[in-house]
Amino acid sequence: MLDATTKDLKERVSGGIINPAKTCQPIGAMYAALGIHKCLPHSHGSQGCCSFHRMHLTRHFRDPVMASTSSFTEGSSVFGGAANLKTSIKNVFSIYNPDIIAVHTTCLTETIGDDVPTIIKSSEVPEGKLVIHANTPSYQGSHITGFSNMVKGMVSYLAESTTPIKKEQINLIPGFVNPGDMREMKRLTNLMGVKSIMFPDTTGVLDSPMTGKFEMYPKGGTTIEQLKDTGNSKLSIALGRFASSEAAELLQKKCKVPALALKTPIGIKATDEFIMALRRFAVTEVPYELEEERGQLVDIMTDTHFHFHGKRVAIFGDPDVLTGLTEFVLSLGMIPVHVLTGTPGGAIGSGMGSFEDDVREMLAAANVNGNAKGNGDLFTLHQWIKNEPVDLLIGNTYGKYIARAEDIPFVRVGFPVLDRSVHSYLPIVGYRGAMRLIEMISNALLDRQDRDAADEDFELVM
Amino acid sequence: MAFTEEKLQELLSILPDKVKKARKKHILVKDSSQPDQIIEANTRTIPGIITNRGCAYAGCKGVVVGPLKDMIHIVHGPVGCSYYTWGTRRNKAKSEDPTQNFINYCVTTDMQEKDIVFGGEKKLAKLIDEVVEIFKPKAISINATCPVGLIGDDINAVAKSAEERHGVPVLAFSCEGYKGVSQSAGHHIANNILMDKVIGASDKEEAPGRYAINILGEYNIGGDAWEIERVLKDIGYTIVSTMTGDGSYEELRHAHTADLNLVQCHRSINYIAEMLEIKYGTPWVKVNFIGVEGMSQSLRDMATYFDDEELTRKTEEVIAREVARVQPMIDQYRKVCEGKTAFCFVGGSRGHHYQGMYRELGIETVLAGYEFAHRDDYEGRHVIPTIKTDADSKNIPELHVNRDEKRFRVKVSPEKLEELKKKIPLSEYKGMNFDMQDGYIIVDDLNHYETDEFIKLLKPDIFSSGIKDKYVVQKMGIPAKQLHSYDYSGPYAGFNGALNFARDIAMSFATPTWNFIVPPWQDQPLLEGKMAEGEGKAC
Repeated sequence: MLDATTKDLKERVSGGIINPAKTCQPIGAMYAALGIHKCLPHSHGSQGCCSFHRMHLTRHFRDPVMASTSSFTEGSSVFGGAANLKTSIKNVFSIYNPDIIAVHTTCLTETIGDDVPTIIKSSEVPEGKLVIHANTPSYQGSHITGFSNMVKGMVSYLAESTTPIKKEQINLIPGFVNPGDMREMKRLTNLMGVKSIMFPDTTGVLDSPMTGKFEMYPKGGTTIEQLKDTGNSKLSIALGRFASSEAAELLQKKCKVPALALKTPIGIKATDEFIMALRRFAVTEVPYELEEERGQLVDIMTDTHFHFHGKRVAIFGDPDVLTGLTEFVLSLGMIPVHVLTGTPGGAIGSGMGSFEDDVREMLAAANVNGNAKGNGDLFTLHQWIKNEPVDLLIGNTYGKYIARAEDIPFVRVGFPVLDRSVHSYLPIVGYRGAMRLIEMISNALLDRQDRDAADEDFELVM
Repeated sequence: MAFTEEKLQELLSILPDKVKKARKKHILVKDSSQPDQIIEANTRTIPGIITNRGCAYAGCKGVVVGPLKDMIHIVHGPVGCSYYTWGTRRNKAKSEDPTQNFINYCVTTDMQEKDIVFGGEKKLAKLIDEVVEIFKPKAISINATCPVGLIGDDINAVAKSAEERHGVPVLAFSCEGYKGVSQSAGHHIANNILMDKVIGASDKEEAPGRYAINILGEYNIGGDAWEIERVLKDIGYTIVSTMTGDGSYEELRHAHTADLNLVQCHRSINYIAEMLEIKYGTPWVKVNFIGVEGMSQSLRDMATYFDDEELTRKTEEVIAREVARVQPMIDQYRKVCEGKTAFCFVGGSRGHHYQGMYRELGIETVLAGYEFAHRDDYEGRHVIPTIKTDADSKNIPELHVNRDEKRFRVKVSPEKLEELKKKIPLSEYKGMNFDMQDGYIIVDDLNHYETDEFIKLLKPDIFSSGIKDKYVVQKMGIPAKQLHSYDYSGPYAGFNGALNFARDIAMSFATPTWNFIVPPWQDQPLLEGKMAEGEGKAC
């Protein structure tokens, strides 16, 4: 497996990638758009992109992923795609009747410079229907950037400040996480007695039930009314800087809703910070139910610390999830020696610090001497591992090749997970998500210990 | 099955006029009383219709070029295109030298904004240098994506100079996603370059053994090619090359030495099949290795071509042995499947090939179609002279080859060829429509709306298509079988494949999970038990 990967860590200067740890913007935008109720995502480009993005999301969620495309031909690539987009809008509304079309772009349409807002303005949009857009050039950032851009699009097209006094509600921008995580974030917020609008919200869309009937627009998704109402909220909590903070900042600028950027609440510390933010907002006691959950988590961490302590771990994935995971494995006493994302630096155009700095700071605070890299690839990660081996690998499905090649226990977390099921229904965020992560990690490590043990060392109780 | 033109009109009636007019030409109700039922195919996709189609890049890199295992395939473009063709199509490969098997790698220039603005040629050249140093591959391909053509990067020039720099063949494929109207353009682009630069590039003049064949248009999805090769080798054939499942640059160079080319996927590889015949005099025969009958018939057709007593005897011996082994088990599965109906909508070849296998299971395919096939795949190759290339496809280059005077060999005398053509499909493909029954539906570039409507009307028992449809259909309570990825099963080709397919189809009907869709509280009354006499009278 991956026999052509050498140990020789020679610097590659071309800027090319071998085995990416990211993909391109539009898939993130498509995912975000699916988090709007009765929305059809539309890919303005040639149809290959749209098919690829639908396929990939479908494989991760094992649920229908609907989206339309402008289906560029060579002619439209030369003369512009205005006619294709106008025809698409007309056809989509008359055949598929969504309440809203959320258009994103591809490298094709960005390179030729199609002026999407102008094209939308001159399109036939039926009364009461909406078309929004986001520019999502594939040659900038990653799928996380695309998600962020589409969420910003929701704010810039829809959010309105209409009430003289802000309502006692918060906006919750969950970031590029699974529906299972979004459900958990909403549950925590509800338990804290805080009224919230989550956007985008793919619960009930990409984890929809089997009923014997196909719903093109499932029950879930943030409604257009809610999206408009985000401008009247008292606070926006952006969970995950890379995916969420720009939309929150835009909302602050546009509708004077203060923005608070927090880490994706993975692990005990980040979840504590999230709960504390909600507590500050609502000026309320944390309910016993949550205190109990947290206590259970700490109980489990204490009970099992000897499974993890001192174990060397490599983690890769999307930056917001990765930051939380790194912090959490540190809190378990593990040593994250390699941490790598494919997404570059801060989100494009934002003043954010780099992912690498964040991770290095955490590692330094824990006295861990490890590698941290933004804009990296899995070829690099594999070479690092060959040079400095690890006891555990955490990442998306693509990690399975490295795990097999180097015979490392492997825990699947993040996007995409294409070779296992159920993962998208269950959370990794919150105290319960942390319990699930512990279970996954300790199962992987103990299964390995069982596998490797000599008969006389094979333990009944571990 | 009484599907009528009237019903079709009704189905299309809600569509906007322009769409209705366009789509009508892509849908046929098979009627053998009409001599020539013409279908429109290989035309542009209607924007916003929710097509299943992909692009030329997918057809070139994803389908034809990508499976060549000893090459590094560089995708010149932003990261997405390379990423989505990384391990997603199950073209399996193994190699005696695993350091020369790059099938699990994904290499891209990862173009950034500055590359779009200032051009990406230098980055591409540098990446080639790195790839040569790290991997030492037998050859390299460069696969263009949408922005490459627009910004004017000259990938041919980069390839040429890298080839000179490193002494490693570098093939440039101008397969930008917007070319043509579907994956099909990419097949053609790939075929041209492979024919021009790879096939015949070795100095071998003789095939390495008797009954030398190439398997064309077989991508080893889930191990299909290995199962086919197992049987062919058993009979005594020498396989010179497989295009391109588990294929390699090394073996593809010798393809000119074969005596016969087998064409499994007509759409993707017929260009090479034709060119091999013109250049080297190698005839091709249309085969179908799907299903016990298809497999057996194809083996017999091959034996007929070679007309060799020993080969024919061995062919019958192997067929008898394999059929005796798998048929009894398939018959058991048939009991579960018998009498059911299927939809079969796949890319450019399986929409036809699996109908025979379904029939062997007692399942009738009542609707079938292709995403991107051309009229000849529907109507048969005899319509090729009448196909007009439209504006959207006219920029796909045509490669014209001439007879290679040194290497051209008459494999079979012209008289014998004519005689053979009466018995076996030599240089011939009759197309899908030919095999469909009256009243059955043929749809080109089926879209989501039509999928939904046809399912409501015809209520098929199983829908075979791809990943984008699968869960849509399953949500309706109808089994959905992926015929691109085989739902991660396989092989489905050959004798073992037929058995695997029968097992998987039977399983999709037999799984108990369908019984749980309706919760008990929805079909059972809230109040249970008999009402006591007189009760309720008081109110």
